[in-house]
Parts: sequence; C-alpha cells; structure tokens
Amino acid sequence: MKARHKRFGLIATGLILLVIATVLITKSFRSNLVFFFTPTQVEKGEAPKSGSFRIGGLVENGSLKRLPDGLHVQFKVTDTAKSMLVQYKGILPDLFKEGKGVVAEGKLNQNGMFEADQVLAKHDENYMPPEAASAIAQAKANKAKESVQ
Amino acid sequence: MIPEIGQFSLILAFCFAIVQGTLPLVGVWKNKSALSNLAVPAARVQFVFIVLAFICLDYSFYANDFSVLYVASNSNSHLPLAYRLAALWGGHEGSMLLWVSILSVWTMAVTIFAKSLPDSFRVRLIAVMGMVSIGFLAFILFTSNPFERLIPAALDGRDLNPLLQDPGMVFHPPVLYMGYVGFSVAFAFAIAALMDGRLDITWARWTRPWTTVAWVFLTLGIAFGSKWAYYELGWGGWWFWDAVENASFMPWLVGTALIHSLAVTEKRNAFKVWTVLLSICAFSLSLLGTFLVRSGVLTSVHAFATDPRRGIFILLYLVVVIGGALLLFAWRAPKVGLGEKFDVVSRESMLLTNNVVLVAAAGSVLLGTLYPLLMDALGAGKISVGPPYFDAVFVAIMAPGLFLMGLGPLAKWKKASLPEIGMRLRVAALISVVSAMLIPLIMGKLTLMTAVGVFMGIWVISTSLILLRNRIKSRQLAMPNKLENIKGIPLAFYGMLLAHLGIGVFILGVTLVKGYESEQDLRMEKNDVAKAGNLTFKFEGTQEIVGPNYMSTEGTFAVTSNGNLIAVLKPEKRFYPVQGSVMTEADISPGVFKDLYVSLGEPLENGAWSVRIYIKPFVQWIWAGCILMALGGGLALTDRRYRILNKRAVNEVQALHEAFEAWVE
Repeated sequence: MKARHKRFGLIATGLILLVIATVLITKSFRSNLVFFFTPTQVEKGEAPKSGSFRIGGLVENGSLKRLPDGLHVQFKVTDTAKSMLVQYKGILPDLFKEGKGVVAEGKLNQNGMFEADQVLAKHDENYMPPEAASAIAQAKANKAKESVQ
Repeated sequence: MIPEIGQFSLILAFCFAIVQGTLPLVGVWKNKSALSNLAVPAARVQFVFIVLAFICLDYSFYANDFSVLYVASNSNSHLPLAYRLAALWGGHEGSMLLWVSILSVWTMAVTIFAKSLPDSFRVRLIAVMGMVSIGFLAFILFTSNPFERLIPAALDGRDLNPLLQDPGMVFHPPVLYMGYVGFSVAFAFAIAALMDGRLDITWARWTRPWTTVAWVFLTLGIAFGSKWAYYELGWGGWWFWDAVENASFMPWLVGTALIHSLAVTEKRNAFKVWTVLLSICAFSLSLLGTFLVRSGVLTSVHAFATDPRRGIFILLYLVVVIGGALLLFAWRAPKVGLGEKFDVVSRESMLLTNNVVLVAAAGSVLLGTLYPLLMDALGAGKISVGPPYFDAVFVAIMAPGLFLMGLGPLAKWKKASLPEIGMRLRVAALISVVSAMLIPLIMGKLTLMTAVGVFMGIWVISTSLILLRNRIKSRQLAMPNKLENIKGIPLAFYGMLLAHLGIGVFILGVTLVKGYESEQDLRMEKNDVAKAGNLTFKFEGTQEIVGPNYMSTEGTFAVTSNGNLIAVLKPEKRFYPVQGSVMTEADISPGVFKDLYVSLGEPLENGAWSVRIYIKPFVQWIWAGCILMALGGGLALTDRRYRILNKRAVNEVQALHEAFEAWVE
C-alpha cells in the first residue's frame, strides 16, 4: 500500500468516526433535553402527556400534606395564576418550604396529577430557582394583559 | 481604617499590574533593559499589596467588622473562627479576591523558580501574567469591591450559608483555585512562546512541571469538592453533572490532554502547535468556569440584568483574553512549525487519539453546560440537560481512550508494531475479561455496564503493571542487580504509572458504586429495625444537642451484622437560627469495600422520622483513585531532569539562538 492510500484511508476512517460520534451525541442530547412548563401552561395542555418535564413556581401555603405512610407527600405548585397538585415519594430537600420557590421534575399520571421523581429547592435561602421566578413573572404578565383587555 | 487600607492596597496592586503587564513588553521589543527589568520587581510588589488586601479583608472577618458590607452579608459573630476566616471566599467579591491572590502567588513563584529561563522569555512570561491580573483587579475594583462599607453598620452579620459551614470550605476553594489559576502559567508560557516565535524541546521542558503542579491541584480540588458533596448534601451522590461541577471538570479534561501533549513535545518535538492551542484552551475554560460559577450567570441568567456592568465586564474580559490569545495563535502559530513526523501506529498517534478523546469529552460537557444558558439568553425557553446525557456520551467517548491507555505506554515512539504490543498484553486482556465476568457475579448480578466498567478498570491496572515488568526486564542486562534496577527507573515513569493506576481504581469505584449501591427511604419509629443486605440498622431514638451556632436533633443507629455490632451512626438535623435554615448532616461509616450512610429526613408523628439508609460499595475508591492521580503527578515532578535544568544547558541554547539570529541578520 502506498503512503498516499494509507493517508487517505486514515482520513476517511477518521471522518466516518467523527460523523458517527456526532450523530450519536446529538441523538442522546435531544432525548435528554428536559423542557420546562409553568402550571398555567400545563393546565392549557401544552405539556407532554407522557414523558418527563419540569415545572416550577411557589409551594402554595397550606398545601403540603403527608400521606399516612409517612413517605409520600403532596403539595401544590403555583405560579400565582394557576396551581397544580404534585406528589412525591421520598425525603424533601432541606430548603423546601411552603411559600418558597421550587422546581420539580417528573410526569403527569392518568389523573392529571404530577408525579415528581426529583424535587429541587437549592443551595441558599434567598435564591429562587430561575424557572420558578420565570413562571411567576409569566403569570403576572398574563394577568396584566387580561386586565387591559 | 483597615478596610480602607485593603482597598488602597488593591488600587496600588492594580497600578503595579499595569506596569508589569505593559512596560516590560515594550522593553523587550525595543531592547531597553531598563524597562524589561521592571517585570520582576513590579510582580513582587504587586504580590505584597494583594496579600496585604487579603489580610485586611480577613482581618475584618476576624474582628467581626459588620460595617463592611461583604462581611455583614457572609459572616456572623457566632460563626466559629475557622469558618469566619474561610467566609472570605464564601461570596462573589471575596472569591474574586482569592482568585487574584492565587494568581499573584503563581506569579511570585515564577519570579523565584523560573530563573533558568532566557531573560527575554521570562520577561514576556511575567508580563502576560500581569495582563491577566490587570483584568481581574479591574473587575474587582470596578464591579465587585469586597471592601464596600455598610453605613450604618449592621448589628450582626447575616451568616455564612450553613451549607458552607464545613471543613471542606476551608480547603476545597483554595485548592481548586490553585489548579484553575495555575493553568495561567501554562497559558503565559504559550503566549510568550508565540510572541517569541520559538517553541522547542526546552520550552516544553520548562512548561511541563508548572502544568503538572496546576493539574495536581485541580485534581485534588475536584476530588475534595466531590467528597464534600457526598457527605454534606445528605443524599449520597458524588457527582451530579451540575453546571458548577462541569465548569471545573472541563479545564481538567483539557489540562490532562495538555500534560500528555507536552510530553510528546518534550520527547519528540512534535504536536507543537497543538500543545500551544491546548494551553490556551485549558486556561480559557478555567476563566469561563470561574465566571460561570461566581458571576451568578449559572444560578440565574438574570444576574446579567441585575448588575449589567458585571455581566458585560465578564463578557468583554473573556473576549479580550480568549480572542486575543487565539488571534495571536492564528498569526504566529505557522512560525512554530509542526514538528517531527510519525507513523500511523506509534506512541505519538496513540497519544494524539488520547488528546482527541479528552478534548471531545470536554466538548460534549461544554455543549451540555452552555446550551441551556444559550437557549435561555435567546429567549427560546427554559430547558435543562439531564445527567443521562452526560453519563451516556461521556462514557462512550472515554471508553476507546481508556482502552488505548493500556497500549500507548508500551508502543514505541515513531513506529510501533501492533502484533508485538498484542503479544505483550495478552495476559492483561485475559485477566480483564475474567474479572469482568467474575467480579460482577461476586457482587450480585452481571450487567453490560458493570462488565464493561470492571473490564476497563482492571485493563488499565493490569496493563500498567505489565508495563512496569517490561521496563524492569528490558534493563536487566545492563543492570543485573534487581534493587538497583528498580531504583534506577526515572521517577517520572513511576509517576505516570501511579496516575494510570489511579484512573483504574477510580473506574472500579464508579462502576461498582453505580451498579451495586442500595438506597432506601423509610419511616422509622424508635427501636424500629431496617434490613439492608445482611446488615441490620436499628433506630435507637433521638436527642437534642446545642452547637456553637445551631441547635440539632441527633439520631442514633446501631448497625449489626449477624448480631455483631459493627458501627454506630449519629446523623443530625441541624437548625441554624440566623438564616432560619435547616441542614442535614449525614453520618457515614467509611470502609474499603463499602460505606454505610444514614441521614435523617423529617420528623413525623409519634417521634418517628423519615430516614435514608444507603449502602455504597467501593465508593471510597473514587477519591482514592483521584489521590493516586495527584500523587503520580507529584512524583513526576520530582524527576531528576527537572532538577538538572541547569544554567549551563540553558546558556548553551541561548548562545546557539543568538548565533542563529546573528547569522540570519
């Protein structure tokens, strides 16, 4: 085999590998993107019926309930316009509190209840998860629009 | 008074940084030694003033001076002393000061230890570090002043975030920053070489130890951070692919590629342009990481809106440093030359693949980290990239690289023969395949992921050991005395071996803990018993205790195996009244083969608690692996050839260089 052929073969192999890698990466990337919805959007039916997504907002005051088994909890997440019921099994993070910001990741079940498999309320007392803050801001903007109309 | 002294020192340091970053370059260019001789003294004076500013701020923390806004927002009179001092880097402004302090420590080290460099090169090196420092000091002075006064003074401070009140806070940030900022030296070496137009074996030999030191610190810093997250966050994870973690991991990946590429440049005078590019990338990613973590861009993109000056400054600085460096690279790199040729199958080509793999891995992490930020900034909606993306893509990209780790060190430079390497490694292959079947079966069940993981881990370890045996054997004729033979092998070789073993140990830890950990969330009343494998956890009730700045409920769990008590775990639920926050303190009984991990959830009715019980097999191997890697780096540094980088050799090179210049003219 001539050196030129060898070099060509090498470059071709490299390119093929690169294309395969790029396709695999983009595919895995797409399937692992988690989109975010506000309770208002979920009520309008914009969220996926099956498959994971994130919701965010404030934990509604007085809505936190613990089921008799001691491990399942239910609470409502509100963007101040609409609210939705969330159920979670497990131990809530330390900074989870009624009236504070929260983000939950999970799916809707048949009854339209959001079953969370992860609840985030991060790091610092004053910190509001950006998703939660934006949910509330959106709800306020919608309200303002409605009142003008 | 003290804060004003600190502020004033920072301003003076800024002035000296400007001197250090500009005049000496003019001096080298115009050949005026009066100007170029300014580099070293300016750098040292800058160091003194920055240290003074650092001491002033830390003194304000020590003295509980709540008339300083930054102290009032990050400390409290009841905070224990060690945490008060470490609170200096508990917020944005202080951690920027820590960054710039460590930069000046590195610059100081360069002025002391880089004496053997040719003068013009050394001056440029120090000047480039001065330029980096100008940007950071300007950032602190104009947008993030830690000495800002609070008038009237607060009665007491708002306290350090309880999550940060941990010994990890004392070590993790400084060590991590030593690594981040340490890459500025490699960066300065690359820029100086581009300015100089000279990039040869000596250059690589000068750069290597500095890069290795930075890499060792970064490795340790990341490992500390991971360990801290493991015991502090209360849910036993050790890596979350969180954007903040990724920010530190990307420079590590590129830095690892850089040490390998530098090795090729030093040994073979090849990969030269590539090495320079990697040096620039490693530091650029460090800068990006620092700002992502500390500017608030990550926790909320709206931080750009709340303090637009800060965000714009950051962007400008990144554009100037990274853009400037890349422009210089594009302009000057062709001068550097490509270096020696090599065959398709050779140690060079394998190291090149290693580099491509590491850079591709860093790229995929970068994509997952920045994409959500970008989408949000463009108003295209809020998304997040889940850990499954990182897990899948990262493992898939790294696997071929790990396999090559076994072949690479055995391959000859320039041209190697695959069949020969295959012959040497057949035992290693056999051991790895057998362990990949056996170990998962012993642990419980065999899955594809655990088999692949164990294979990779054992492969890396066994090929490293075979490499050592080969090395000893090949020297047997020249050195019949076994002990002398073993002692005579350069320390750099042992360093590499140790670091590679560390990778193997790390892979085994990750695989086994991912594959065989058990996690239970339970509701437990006093005297309830929980089973996990052959272990029994008995909840013996709780008691109230009072700490220096918190109240705590402490639970007691007795762990028995076949009736024998093997551990008593006392996890806590702490309440910090100043910030009104609750913290979970897990209790862990660490072991070589498994960790027992218990943490308290919430109090339920009848004195019952929700409780988390985890068993984490081989989790300690993860950090043990990191420590081995760092030790390997340390060992490589003590190699003889760095110590005998003596004046004479350098003088010879310089004389040659000058003769060449004279001849050209």
